[in-house]
Amino acid sequence: MQAALNRALAETLAEDPRAVVLGEDVGRLGGVFRITDGLQQRFGADRVFDTPLAESGILGMSVGLAMAGFHPIPEVQFDGFAYPAVNQIVTQLARMNYRSRGTMPMPVTLRVPSFGGIRAPEHHGESLEALFAHVPGLKVVSPSSPHEAYHLLKHAAAVPDPVIFMEPKSRYWQKGDVFLDDAGPMEGAKVVRPGKHVTLVAWGAMVARCLSVAELAAEDGIEVEVLDLRWLKPIDAEGLAASVARTRRAVVVHEAPLTSGLGAEVAALITERCFDTLRAPVGRVTGFDVPYPSGDLEDEYIPNIDRILFGIQRVLEYRRG
Amino acid sequence: MDNNLQPAALSAEELRELYRLVTAVRQLDLAAIAWQRQGIIPGYAPELGQEAAQVGSAFAMDPEHDFVFPTYREMGVALTMGVDMTAYMSTHKASWHGGLYNPVQTRLAPIQAVVGGSVLHAVGWAHGQTLAGNPGVALTYFGDGASSQGDVHEAMNFAGVLKAPVIFFVQNNGWAISLPTEAQVAGGTVAARAAGYGMKAITVDGNDAAAVVLATREAAAHARAGHGPVLIEAMTYRRGPHSTSDDPGRYRSLAEERRDEGADPVQLLADRLLADGIADDAFLDTALQDAKTNADAVREGVMALGPRPGREMFDFVFAEPTEALKAQARAWREESEHV
Repeated sequence: MQAALNRALAETLAEDPRAVVLGEDVGRLGGVFRITDGLQQRFGADRVFDTPLAESGILGMSVGLAMAGFHPIPEVQFDGFAYPAVNQIVTQLARMNYRSRGTMPMPVTLRVPSFGGIRAPEHHGESLEALFAHVPGLKVVSPSSPHEAYHLLKHAAAVPDPVIFMEPKSRYWQKGDVFLDDAGPMEGAKVVRPGKHVTLVAWGAMVARCLSVAELAAEDGIEVEVLDLRWLKPIDAEGLAASVARTRRAVVVHEAPLTSGLGAEVAALITERCFDTLRAPVGRVTGFDVPYPSGDLEDEYIPNIDRILFGIQRVLEYRRG
Repeated sequence: MDNNLQPAALSAEELRELYRLVTAVRQLDLAAIAWQRQGIIPGYAPELGQEAAQVGSAFAMDPEHDFVFPTYREMGVALTMGVDMTAYMSTHKASWHGGLYNPVQTRLAPIQAVVGGSVLHAVGWAHGQTLAGNPGVALTYFGDGASSQGDVHEAMNFAGVLKAPVIFFVQNNGWAISLPTEAQVAGGTVAARAAGYGMKAITVDGNDAAAVVLATREAAAHARAGHGPVLIEAMTYRRGPHSTSDDPGRYRSLAEERRDEGADPVQLLADRLLADGIADDAFLDTALQDAKTNADAVREGVMALGPRPGREMFDFVFAEPTEALKAQARAWREESEHV
């Protein structure tokens, strides 16, 4: 996935003369995850530049660059370090198009290495999707595979609105095919494994885990459909409904805490559209309402295969009354 | 430091134009406070005493190349830049966040209330001029209170490192709502901080419009020549309340106001024009009458502003609206009587 993201950035810089990459250590170092590796050597320090260590500064500067007609692609180094930039993201980046009555659009793609799974210290693993998805004016997307990473990043960079691009950092070194000439639809959710008994809804790193779960469930004769939501704002409500209309059961899986997480939004959207066909309440298998734990407890926190299987079992065994 | 940037003194016609502008700002500002009391607008941020700082700084900018990032208290800047003042005042009528003027055409960024929020935008915009090879300079306003904000420090550091063509224009009016400068700015002045960011600083009498013009021209020349950012601290005094809901009597006395307010910027310029023989009483009278006429015209414009059509609420959230938002707009239309 690292190579796919790097290639997507290189092609964006080559194809869009207004694109600039900025952030801490994105230039000479190539980023702490090497996502921007070699880009400064290739495109120069005007197009790919290191900033001082200040996340609010990076985002505020990106707003100004967009006002000047550029297409900034800022990076914050880790998800937990996006918090110091939240003021600029929420009060400025997300609102400038609105505030300016459409005269100052904000084609800014913020890359955020996201979620856990790398045994990192505090603030190096967080799940911020509900925070950003709740903010009017922002779009949020998370890729689940190298193919999705390549195409969705190129697509996000071409969207004329602010996009929070949540890269699942535990999948950076995952190998996989990228079909350069066959992107498939870039909008909406995607069925990555068809099944007929239950729909697992996931995004980012949880998609691969849900695919593993589906393999195991299949051994017991349970055919699990895995839906990669991809866009967390806007959520593809029709895609969700189409899948659940077939399977009549759904479990949403995410790393973020349960309460007011995106799982609640997914469950509500499914309920609104599929109430009559649902055979069980929409299940949720999520992180807990605790700060994202340190590496030692990470495996207890992130939904694992057993917890997801239990979640499936609960909706399959649900009986009315 | 480059000492060869002393700009030429102002011409007589420039001084007369400055006087027309500070007088227009004074009258419109006083009028806006009255409109609030009359219920024409719900609120306003007065700038009595800051006319020279605002007019003088904006007067120095090149509207073809430069771009200005205001706070919510830069009416005098907007007027000097030729912004339609009804469109500007609409923000105080609560018509639309950011105002109804076009910020791209007027070179004045939308008004916003997050203190220090737009200072970083100026740095980004200015660095964009460097990247594009354009000669533009960004002028960003903030107050002594905003100088406490982390974003302002980040902006000054970024600009210093990048040598971005930015003018950080501090209107030090002595008060951040109820907190006086000495309780707000460690070290006594904002200008003293510039050295720490490797930045040129100019302290100027913010009551003297001509001095502010010269300081800002010098700063603009410095930035335009690629020498990096400049911080100007214009020493002013906020003669009235912070906003129309503020009660300065709770934190300062009238005696203190009279002691601290310094020269009235409008009177100061009038005295100078008369003393130098650049203007006579008839000119001053005409300027005052024109200013009152202008304020009346803006009042008519503001009163004629109807409520915004409800659908606009949805129109500008995204450049590319989502299906979900379109659906919400359709539902609103169906459920609402305000079609």
